[in-house]
Amino acid sequence: MLKYVAKRILLAIVTIWAVATLTFFLMNMVPGGPFLSEKAISPQATAALEAKYGLDKPLIQRYFTYMTDALHGDFGDSLKQRGRTVMSIIKMKFPVSARVGGISVLVALCLGIPLGCMAALKRGKFLDSLISVISTCGIAVPSFVICTLLLYVLGVNLRLLPTMGLTSWKHYIMPVIALSFYPTAYIMRLMRSSMLDVLGQDYMRTAKAKGVAGFWILFKHAMRNAILPVVTYVGPMLAYTVTGSFVVEKIFVIPGLGGEFIGAIGGRDYTLIMGTTIFLATLIIIMNVVVDLVYKLVDPRIKLK
Amino acid sequence: MSEYLVDIKNERLSFFTPAGEVKALNDVSISLKEGEVLGIVGESGSGKSVTAYSLMGLTAHPGKLISGSLYFNGHQIEQMSDKEMRKIRGNEVSIIFQDPMTSLNPVYTIGNQIMEAVLLHTDKNKAQAKERAKELLELVGINEPEKRLKQYPHELSGGMRQRVMIAIALACEPKLLIADEPTTALDVTIQAQILELMMELKDKLGMAIIMITHDLGVVASMCERIAVMYAGKIVEYGMTEDIFYEPKHQYTKGLIRSIPRLDTKEHERLVPIEGTPVDMLNPPKGCPFAPRCDACMKICLREMPPVTNFGEVHYTQCWLNQKEEFENASCEKGAANE
Repeated sequence: MLKYVAKRILLAIVTIWAVATLTFFLMNMVPGGPFLSEKAISPQATAALEAKYGLDKPLIQRYFTYMTDALHGDFGDSLKQRGRTVMSIIKMKFPVSARVGGISVLVALCLGIPLGCMAALKRGKFLDSLISVISTCGIAVPSFVICTLLLYVLGVNLRLLPTMGLTSWKHYIMPVIALSFYPTAYIMRLMRSSMLDVLGQDYMRTAKAKGVAGFWILFKHAMRNAILPVVTYVGPMLAYTVTGSFVVEKIFVIPGLGGEFIGAIGGRDYTLIMGTTIFLATLIIIMNVVVDLVYKLVDPRIKLK
Repeated sequence: MSEYLVDIKNERLSFFTPAGEVKALNDVSISLKEGEVLGIVGESGSGKSVTAYSLMGLTAHPGKLISGSLYFNGHQIEQMSDKEMRKIRGNEVSIIFQDPMTSLNPVYTIGNQIMEAVLLHTDKNKAQAKERAKELLELVGINEPEKRLKQYPHELSGGMRQRVMIAIALACEPKLLIADEPTTALDVTIQAQILELMMELKDKLGMAIIMITHDLGVVASMCERIAVMYAGKIVEYGMTEDIFYEPKHQYTKGLIRSIPRLDTKEHERLVPIEGTPVDMLNPPKGCPFAPRCDACMKICLREMPPVTNFGEVHYTQCWLNQKEEFENASCEKGAANE
């Protein structure tokens, strides 16, 4: 077990290094730079700025400087947001996205799992068809459409909910609905199909033959076997959701990390691009290790090597 | 009260599939006394398992009992609610399934799965249930029970798993054990061990067994009574000696001819039963075995034969055995005409 964790940490370091390297060179290959603007800046000013942030040095040298600094935990200053370090931006924006995203994942799990089970139990009946339609919609309809619909109906027409910001619990409702729609739909489908598979297994018949009551057969014998695909999906999904969605944050004017991510790329804020990318990569890797450990807990047949 | 432990009378059960009604059981009657072993033999789809499952209320969707009476140990099964059935299942009647590899839940320990059955039907607390589970594992001949309790199904061999299944089935000392092809998925040496174990436990605990199999050898060595099933009907029923020494139905005769014997000459071929099993969606009008029967008569294709009794237990459903009655009847008719 310890050996496994050590191995995974080592692998994680290699992966993060590869992601960082690739991102570093790719973003520098993209035309443009952080100090271009519509207003003409004098070449001297640009040169001075570039010199200040070390952008005048050769690419390889910059790469090594960045990597050494990053290893020491220094991810540099943002090139566009003067006076802020990349770390401080992440520290400030991540909790906002994490709160909205975390609630959305919880909602997705609490709705998706039971609804998926119900669809499997009522296979071929009306409820199953209804859930199938909803889940197909959830997967097919992009989030900006859902956001717009929500805004139009709940925000503008009925005036029930505030349309921007994150100052009260009411502000959370629409972004959470928009963010959790897709994962809920996906979890429902996963749960339905794996539940159907499990319900046909011989050990379910054994449980019934023992005299186990209907609810317990489902809860004890079926659920634990059927939940595995959902666990696999939820790990990376959680990482993506808590780091924020650009579209949802933009539409509901939420000061989250998702907006920073896209903004950094658009403005060629090199240090912020690197910082957010490494942050997301680390989070995904951690979630994958957690998923593996949870897997082992749920299914004893799985050996961690 | 019945003198029998199990008394199934005229059971009809159909599966209502999208393609139409499949009459899985067609007028099936079976009776069994306490401590007896009944073998049900027949080919796949003949209704062996369905008969046994219906006794436990485990008929799978879309199966439905049409008519008949199912008596078991003081209960009238067809009138019981699901809740009442649950109290009997795993308690008074238990079952061992064909494939031990898939019949245990992979994510729970052996101990957990045995204790579940004990906890469901007795007042024992967890510690007592664990003791009982250990006893049961010893009873079915598993060594180091303490260690096995903590193991998962995938850590045991097929034979071991079937022993665990038997331990679960015996958890509450049932009156009746249904064994649904318990040895089909095991290799031959393990088969013998499991059968021996079952007979040993039967004598020790005094339970009755319904043995579902297509292995006539197993039946001959274990059972007192045999029911031969074909296309949802019991075509012949009798004590083991009746079936093996005086088979009356052509299908039974065919089955016995197809067993390899020690005294067959080298290179002599076994005699198979020609043809294919009945299409249960469109069964033939007369005797279902008629299309494959080598002694088929005209009447066999037209009408289902009535029951012919030979003694108290032994009976068959075959026109060939009606011949005498036929002739008697026509003689009487002739005499009357004269």
